[in-house]
Amino acid sequence: MTISLKPSDSPPEKLQPTGWLKYLSFSLDHKVIGLQYLVCGFLFYLIGGSLAGAIRVELISPLSDFMPREVYNQVLTLHGTIMIFLWIVPVVNGAFGNYLIPFYVGARDMAFPRLNAVAFWLIPPSGFMLITSYFINGAAQSGWTAYPPLSITTPAAGQIIWILSVLLLGGSSIFGGINFIATILKLRRPGLKLMQLPMYCWAMLGTSILVVLSTPVLAGTLILLSFDIVAHTGFFNPSLGGNVIVYQHLFWFYSHPAVYIMVLPAFGLVSEILPIHSRKPLFGYTTMVFSIMGIVVLGLVVWAHHMFTSGTPPWMRLFFTIATAFIAVPTGIKFFNWVATLWGGKISLNAAMLFSCGFIINFVLGGITGVALAQVPFDVHVHDTYFVVAHFHYIVYGGSVFVIFSSIYHWFPKFTGKMLNENLGRFHFIITFIGFNLCFAPQHWLGLNGMPRRVAEYDPQFQLINQISSVGALLMALSTLPFLWNIFQSMLYGDKAGDNPWNALTPEWLTSSPPPVENWKGEAPLVLEPYGYGEKDANKTQEEMT
Amino acid sequence: MPKLSAILTLTSSLILGVGGVWIAYNVDMLPVSASMNAPVYDELYRVLFIIGCILFIGMTALVIYSLIQFRRRPGETGDGIDLEGNISLEIFWTAVPAIIVLFVGLYSYDIYDRMGGMQPLMHDHSGQMDNQAEKVWGGIGSGPIMSSSTKNSSSLPIELTAMQFAFIFHYPKGDIISGELHVPVGKEVSLKMESKDVIHAFWVPQFRLKQDVIPGQPTILNFTPTKAGNFPIVCAELCGPYHGGMRSNVIVDEQEDFDKWLKENSKESI
Repeated sequence: MTISLKPSDSPPEKLQPTGWLKYLSFSLDHKVIGLQYLVCGFLFYLIGGSLAGAIRVELISPLSDFMPREVYNQVLTLHGTIMIFLWIVPVVNGAFGNYLIPFYVGARDMAFPRLNAVAFWLIPPSGFMLITSYFINGAAQSGWTAYPPLSITTPAAGQIIWILSVLLLGGSSIFGGINFIATILKLRRPGLKLMQLPMYCWAMLGTSILVVLSTPVLAGTLILLSFDIVAHTGFFNPSLGGNVIVYQHLFWFYSHPAVYIMVLPAFGLVSEILPIHSRKPLFGYTTMVFSIMGIVVLGLVVWAHHMFTSGTPPWMRLFFTIATAFIAVPTGIKFFNWVATLWGGKISLNAAMLFSCGFIINFVLGGITGVALAQVPFDVHVHDTYFVVAHFHYIVYGGSVFVIFSSIYHWFPKFTGKMLNENLGRFHFIITFIGFNLCFAPQHWLGLNGMPRRVAEYDPQFQLINQISSVGALLMALSTLPFLWNIFQSMLYGDKAGDNPWNALTPEWLTSSPPPVENWKGEAPLVLEPYGYGEKDANKTQEEMT
Repeated sequence: MPKLSAILTLTSSLILGVGGVWIAYNVDMLPVSASMNAPVYDELYRVLFIIGCILFIGMTALVIYSLIQFRRRPGETGDGIDLEGNISLEIFWTAVPAIIVLFVGLYSYDIYDRMGGMQPLMHDHSGQMDNQAEKVWGGIGSGPIMSSSTKNSSSLPIELTAMQFAFIFHYPKGDIISGELHVPVGKEVSLKMESKDVIHAFWVPQFRLKQDVIPGQPTILNFTPTKAGNFPIVCAELCGPYHGGMRSNVIVDEQEDFDKWLKENSKESI
């Protein structure tokens, strides 16, 4: 494969619609596709968030009085599925990956632009299908885990549509993964070594390996499940001799790595944002790379910790406890390295920085409860309770979603050429941070004291705490208003950003904002030190200070 | 000057450590403990809580301190220190979590063993019966039931059938069928559980115990109640529209009250 350093003679620009219409077209430009992923994901986030709001309204009172019980189960199933498959996975991988990876490797586009466009255009129809299944005969109501036999016995139409859309979304994810691996390994600008790549490339390489290895297992499992539903086969149906535990093993073989598919790219994005806004090199580049790869390897062998109460033999419980707990080591390294990146910096307390630091604090709590949950004797009490709900929201919302917001504040000037309003951004952060913690911190207590998850009605003794949690959810919902206002207002009237408002060194900032088709007007820049911040003299003054 | 920073670091770690222990002993977040393995569970919980508090407060304090101490002052230009890494520091914070995780893992293995979790319930080794009696929790296991626990004369066998949306308890002794679980204080109960339709889970928060009730695959849950009273049984696995309403009670009675209940309800004379 030859890599052209100069723009091609006939840029695909001429074949494609221009202006805002290009965002609705089958565009092959990685930047357009990235923004398509981002905006589409955000729309689904608003839908998934409204469903979460409906759940929190139902839980204001201990009785099931806001919506019918079947609808409640559909709402929680759709909420989980939308947030995972249509918001976090496509945005942390598809949106930022497509936008940034070609810049980072010094390429003019992804390795397979058409596959890339196909991967994106699978998402809107499957999302549409998933949501409209509610209006046909009711959506799936067996949770995003779709455990049989429940998923076999609930109304079939919704469940089958759910399976179809998750299959399509999984396919989109696999296409994306293959594309990222090929781009990072094969499209690097000559002279650029792997160990000189920005950390987000490593995160995406690790994530894509997980996607390519584990998503096909989910696809196979769901196809078998659909056979059980429509053809009455007995793979997972105990009344026909099937085994329900096998489904859980296969499902979690994908769905635990899915957690890393949601957080590893977020780790990568934070590793880009922190050095720039604290004006310091990323601390411990090499250990960061090895911890990402460590998480990838360990992430593939921890799935059965979701099944500690499923009737798992003791040796298996032990193995998965140890493997899971050990993920804390590479993860811990990353967190200490980030704090060390802040240490001694010249930190700008802007919205991007605040959301990244909010992520660190939230994720540490989620990680601690995660290590606790990995311990079998601890887990047998809190498994399938609100403790687990709190834990994973600290990981996926407090972790990934905080990083998505941080990244939007950080890269918006590049996307649009306009600056966001920082004060509104800080206000957005404060409301989100308070609302999030108010919503999910009390849920730890609920779980420890006896409230199971996925219930529409509960013991009245938990009412007050649930109401506090719902107030937090309301704050979270309100926090999107200053954000949306900021986006629209800045897009229309924001200050001009210039090419490089953050004075950053990574290649996406070494071109105009927004960048031209094929990324650079001239030759692609060769950035060998993406984190070359910091002053030698500052080192000295720091030593004098201490 | 390095001395001062060393003293500061030491003092703050000490405060952090003491604070973590203080919080763990003063913030009680668990319900009443009412089974033999609950105190063991609470011990593990406390240790995890101490470690968690220290790590969380420490990390949060570090982040907030860095944000305040190293913030860009008005008019300030230039970069931070040119520090790309520090091998000894990085080894240090690889080793510390590794040691903590190893400690927690070994400790929780010990707890698990004390709860009887390592007992292979599915095997019919008669030699193991004495061992099993010593464990505070008979353990949870699965697989083909070889009636290993029912052979143990000291435990009370009860069969649980779960269905949408109820728990049905059957007492082989006396052939009693009940919607509520009646058990005597201080006696090991051996629940053999199976589901009629979908997966359910048997959870008694005050016993700190949970086990899925699975169709087509019986599971066993052994426990010894230690406190008389009335505790909720909660279904913890999404099982359909009325999942939230699938609840029952376990009524832990003194031995004589339990015997009375057994006598009043049994279909055969005991």
